[in-house]
Amino acid sequence: MPERLTRADVDRIATLARLELTDTEKDLFVHQLSHVLEYAEQIQQIDTTGVPPTSQVLSRMPADRPDEPRAGLTNAEALANAPDPSPQTGLFRVPRVL
Amino acid sequence: MSTIPFRTAREIRDAVSGRSVSAVQVCEHALATIEAANPKLNAFLTVARDRALERARAIDREGHTGLLAGVPVALKDNILTRGVTTTASSRMLQRFVPPYDATVVTRLEAAGAVVMGKTNCDEFAMGSTTENSAFGPSRNPWNPDHISGGSSGGSAVAVASGMSPIALGSDTGGSIRQPASLCGVVGLKPTYGRVSRYGLIAFASSLDQIGPMARTTYDAATALAVLAGPDPCDSTASQEPVADYVGGLTGDIRGVRLGVPGKMLQDGVEAPVRSAFYAALDVLRGRGAELVDIDLPHASYAIATYYVIATAEASSNLARYDGVRYGFRTESAGNLKEMYERTRSQGFGPEVKRRIMLGTYVLSAGYYDAYYLKAQQVRTLVRRDYEQAFQKVDAVAMPTSPTAAFRIGEKIEDPLSLYLTDVFTVSANLAGLPGLSIPCGRTPNRLPIGLQLTGRPFDEATLLRIGDSYERETNWTEENPADAGGS
Repeated sequence: MPERLTRADVDRIATLARLELTDTEKDLFVHQLSHVLEYAEQIQQIDTTGVPPTSQVLSRMPADRPDEPRAGLTNAEALANAPDPSPQTGLFRVPRVL
Repeated sequence: MSTIPFRTAREIRDAVSGRSVSAVQVCEHALATIEAANPKLNAFLTVARDRALERARAIDREGHTGLLAGVPVALKDNILTRGVTTTASSRMLQRFVPPYDATVVTRLEAAGAVVMGKTNCDEFAMGSTTENSAFGPSRNPWNPDHISGGSSGGSAVAVASGMSPIALGSDTGGSIRQPASLCGVVGLKPTYGRVSRYGLIAFASSLDQIGPMARTTYDAATALAVLAGPDPCDSTASQEPVADYVGGLTGDIRGVRLGVPGKMLQDGVEAPVRSAFYAALDVLRGRGAELVDIDLPHASYAIATYYVIATAEASSNLARYDGVRYGFRTESAGNLKEMYERTRSQGFGPEVKRRIMLGTYVLSAGYYDAYYLKAQQVRTLVRRDYEQAFQKVDAVAMPTSPTAAFRIGEKIEDPLSLYLTDVFTVSANLAGLPGLSIPCGRTPNRLPIGLQLTGRPFDEATLLRIGDSYERETNWTEENPADAGGS
């Protein structure tokens, strides 16, 4: 039986997910993800006509707390784990965009 | 002075509040136990020695009558601890030092608990063996060649091996209950929303729940009493009143109706698990529970439903790991897009990538309706099955896992075969229900077997009462892996 996913599908998904996969990973994922999707297709046998989707299971919607200003992280705390912080400007640095 | 070691949190709490032993003595003993056992078992990734001793000294100085006075606790490494490295067992967060504590950490410390350190898990809590940890698997104290279960495997090992009487885990599809079962300890996944998730590293937000692991149901009930309740920092933490979990442990389960989904248990359950499960039901019947055969018609679709929904949510949640604000960043990138892609490819391990890929696929144009929307509809049907069952019964009983702990490496090559072992646990997450796993037997090779009880929303009290009642007549929780020659 042909795999559910092709190599082109895996390339497309990897781009969407911002993952750079090696050739070995791509070959493995074509096979493994196809196998899982084939299994997952069993849900398509169920008649769900008129069944509403469940996106969350809270019995009542959460109450908002009063919208009052509170102290958050300081700038130094927010930068403390950054791979390339710029303490002078208080910003995160990234490589050039284009 | 009382003799150390203690077995349970209750004994420690009573001794520390009664001043027959100091919190520092308890802490030093726990540190020594960790030092001796951890190199072999890999339960802890980080031991917070200084923080723990400082905390213990403060408790001795000020006196403490909290529910967990002087009790060592271990935290799964996806729960944030201010100033203590928190990795989610991922290279991505290998050097991440959180600027704040999770609400559960604040609550535990307010009750007098002493945080000992951070435990190993599957990377970002994705897995059921801890083999997906970037820092090596945890080992089962009953037989170190076997898996601990997962994803909260390090927490289960810490409790089972006597390193810590209480540990926290998180459970998205069974990640508290299954390792508890495989290591022979008690594990409780509370109702969705019962315990705050502020400071829990997100995996699948409509399913994730923090909960306790312990040696006894009494200790798990005590921990839940400390953890449960609303939180201004988590709008999904419920305002429902918190029951008296400890006071409810009367031992009396006469008239409790226990549903058994017999049809689900016909295939795929290992013989020793099956016989331990039915023997446990006999004990419960002997104590006055009434067994009722029930049907959960959509239960067989739960795994497929779960792996669509959980991976979809994960692909979205893990988009935040981009190498900009915190966490790992690749060394080599010419521009921003390359930096994103290489950071994520080098920072995430294979299972996390697999799930991000799967989740991205089921959410992508053209496949959303067939997979994601369909799974959400089936989720409704899984929920309704339980709602109908709970009109007839007070709790549902199943084995926690269809097998005992298998060998490390046995299923790592075939992800689907591993997903299928979640058959009895994922539906509680899909339906948002509380689930308790308690030890109920051993295989011929002395590996633990667990009984799972699933309850109505916010009815943890009934599950705990049944579990405690069972423990009063059996002695599974009193045996140690060391007695079995395991460690």
